[in-house]
Amino acid sequence: MAPSHAEPSGAGPSYLDAERGLWSWLTTRDHKRIGVMFLAVLLLMFLLGGVFALALRVELLTPGETVMGRLAYNRAFTVHGVVMVWLFLIPSIPTAFGNFLLPLMIGARDVAFPRLNLASFYLYVLGAVMTLWGVFQGGVDTGWTFYTPYSTVTGREVMPVLLGVFVVGFSTILTGINFITTVHTLRAPGVTWMKVPLFVWALYGTSIIQVLATPVLGMVLMLVALERVAGAGLFDPSRGGDPLLFQHLFWFYSHPAVYIMVLPGMGVISETVCAFSRKRPFSYRVIVWSTVGISFVGFLTWGHHMFVSGQSTFGAGAFSVLSMLVAIFTAMKIFTWLGTMYRGSLWVSTPFTYVLGFIFLLFFGGMSGVAVAVTSADLHWHDTYFVVAHFHFIMVGASLMAFLAALHYWFPKMCGRMYPEGMGIGTAVLIIFGFIATFLPQFLLGNQGMPRRYADYPEAFQPLHVASTAGASLLGFGFLIVAVYLGWSLRHGRAAGRNPWGSEGYEWLSDSPPPEFNFHAPPRFPRPPHDYANPGVNTEVEHAA
Amino acid sequence: MSDLMRRILFLPEAASSLAPRVDRLHFFIIGTTFVVGAGIGLTGLFFLVRYRRGRAPAQEPAMAAPTWMEAAFAGVPLAFFLLWGALGFQDYVWARTPPRDALDVYVTGKQWMWKFAYPDGPGMVGVLHVPTGTPVRLLLTSRDVIHSFYVPAFRLKMDALPGRYTEIWFEAVRPGRYRLLCAEYCGLDHSRMRAEVVALEPAAFESWRARQLAQPTWVADESFGEEGTRGPLARRGAVVATRQGCFQCHTIDGTPHIGPTWLGLYGREEPLASGDSVRADVAYLTESMMDPLAKVVAGYAPVMPSFHGRLSAGEVGALVEYIKSLQPERPEPPPVQEPAYGPLPR
Repeated sequence: MAPSHAEPSGAGPSYLDAERGLWSWLTTRDHKRIGVMFLAVLLLMFLLGGVFALALRVELLTPGETVMGRLAYNRAFTVHGVVMVWLFLIPSIPTAFGNFLLPLMIGARDVAFPRLNLASFYLYVLGAVMTLWGVFQGGVDTGWTFYTPYSTVTGREVMPVLLGVFVVGFSTILTGINFITTVHTLRAPGVTWMKVPLFVWALYGTSIIQVLATPVLGMVLMLVALERVAGAGLFDPSRGGDPLLFQHLFWFYSHPAVYIMVLPGMGVISETVCAFSRKRPFSYRVIVWSTVGISFVGFLTWGHHMFVSGQSTFGAGAFSVLSMLVAIFTAMKIFTWLGTMYRGSLWVSTPFTYVLGFIFLLFFGGMSGVAVAVTSADLHWHDTYFVVAHFHFIMVGASLMAFLAALHYWFPKMCGRMYPEGMGIGTAVLIIFGFIATFLPQFLLGNQGMPRRYADYPEAFQPLHVASTAGASLLGFGFLIVAVYLGWSLRHGRAAGRNPWGSEGYEWLSDSPPPEFNFHAPPRFPRPPHDYANPGVNTEVEHAA
Repeated sequence: MSDLMRRILFLPEAASSLAPRVDRLHFFIIGTTFVVGAGIGLTGLFFLVRYRRGRAPAQEPAMAAPTWMEAAFAGVPLAFFLLWGALGFQDYVWARTPPRDALDVYVTGKQWMWKFAYPDGPGMVGVLHVPTGTPVRLLLTSRDVIHSFYVPAFRLKMDALPGRYTEIWFEAVRPGRYRLLCAEYCGLDHSRMRAEVVALEPAAFESWRARQLAQPTWVADESFGEEGTRGPLARRGAVVATRQGCFQCHTIDGTPHIGPTWLGLYGREEPLASGDSVRADVAYLTESMMDPLAKVVAGYAPVMPSFHGRLSAGEVGALVEYIKSLQPERPEPPPVQEPAYGPLPR
């Protein structure tokens, strides 16, 4: 698992060398190794979900049947959604980069509960295997949302998938508890709450949502299971049940889940913007309070998924206003990042290119989100490709940009090697362009009236579908290039040294790759993170010993 | 101008009275978004050129935003968002509040077709005929899973759920044929659950309706396919009420019995045992059949059994139509009175 890698930049073996052999990885309690294992599985899931995305785009090239029938299409979009949402986007940044970096960023040796952390990984793998076995074996055709009563009456076997997602949920909860406890109890002396790195704040906010919201998902999945297995009738109107109950419970989790996907990404951007602008955040407290704000107000907006479900007009209006409030926090962050660049010294690196892509997608994804939260406009846009494009921009595109920014920014931290920078920037531009080319036509398709989850469509919609598929192939090609050059760099990249970016982030004070317990001596951080007004102070103090 | 914007944004023609309202707000939102987006983009581009590394070290690495600017980051977008929310909500309430004189159509979704029934008889599968310039109220329900009635040219969508009625209204402004799609995923042939709305000039609509009513062989579609199902919905409702034993407790002559009388019930404001009051509209009548103890009218014992599973969707619609038809004769209200559900002034 750990091929030949660069000499550690400090004394002593790195975490990659501390122990050897597959068994030492599988039984490790080192948060860094667990993070790397998560990353490996997540990338596999992303590949799987991506292959199905391309299959869907190929099918939609022509109206009628192109390469698969209607049933196959319905199953394929279910696989795409289930894998991407439950097995990639929700765990992605927290479990991979959060695990690797959180203790480093607060000067801790590990997370608060290292064994629980490993359990969380195995629960995730178990849940993923159950889910995948379920979708392929059972041929589930409900979509990732499992809406009742369709999910309770479909002839496909839905149970394994429900249980699989349920188990993945436990992994999420355990990671959340672990992170919250770690941030509360293991901060190094001097790292007060207002000196915690912004990525840590984002992880903290995310963890709160994970711990509070995921149990509701578990409950609703079990209710669907009860309905299918025991015929409970909870969602069946002919027995006194209510199909809308499911939507309320499901979105009570799944709307905050959007912030589980995008908040950690915002944290990554806050870190990288500072590092590559060589400036303090324009307003640390705006970023912090908007993170906390999203974590809480995000719980109060679920009804905006139900404007045309027969919900009362008053309810719709209230949820519309609350949705506007949560959007404000995102707007505040965008302005703050822009302000951080003002009068800085901008280093256009690969991570920074993804930052620009992130801000673009977050802006248009966020604004289209406000647009669909406007009740009358939603009468037209609800459940069309406009919504598809909106959430792909914000929870997929933005998260993915942040994921790639994180991958490139911390790649030298994780394996001690650099990747070819020019190649990185070029591919980043290709991916951003490919993403826009895929989903801009889908906004227009939604305007034109193309509903979601259509295997077959009226001919009028074809030109925009063709454009979208063309964009998707560019996008797929871009990811292929990233996989190739990062794979190559794992073995052949040049040694990175301790801090190749000259970043002031706490994690760069440790070696790259870090030693098993992160720091050689208990670390001391006299200055706040991102303090580019006094560069090197933390470094000098840390390495004077 | 609007047509140009529609073409740029790939919007279909605006064929209902709601559509131009939705589109206007759409243009406002998109316009603002692009102006602000261009501003942010150009600012970013300027920064990229002006503050590029190599030109200079960071000029003010410790600079922080002044408080007024932090407040503006939150306040300015919030003002815009709330403005859009308020404008949109006004139209939304309008779209969900049918005028009193609307023509009612009962819509039933089932995998994978749409059925339409008019109170006075004719029923159709897959084609909804409506007159132009007349408000049409849809009372939607589903026989199986959730469907969603979506006409892009009308900018109109409403879910059809099993076990309850939802309502929405529209007014077609131009004769034509408009695509009707199912927007809520409902299984294998979701993408083929398509139908058509045919808007006719009022005169043409009347002659179409007369032709339908004159067809002696007309038989209601299968959801109404039991005996005694011919003829206007209200007449069918009377048959259903007799068969279900409704008259054991409810009268139709105005005298209270075990339950409230049905005479003049529809649209009446009923005081509840809980102290609230409720308007006896379609939603309340449906609820009272399905969950009678939820809102008991003051002065009556909570004894009515639930008719969940005992009444089909079509039968509920027929009963409601029947109750609506039971209005006491009374003089016309003076013409000066404004309608309670008039369109909001623009």
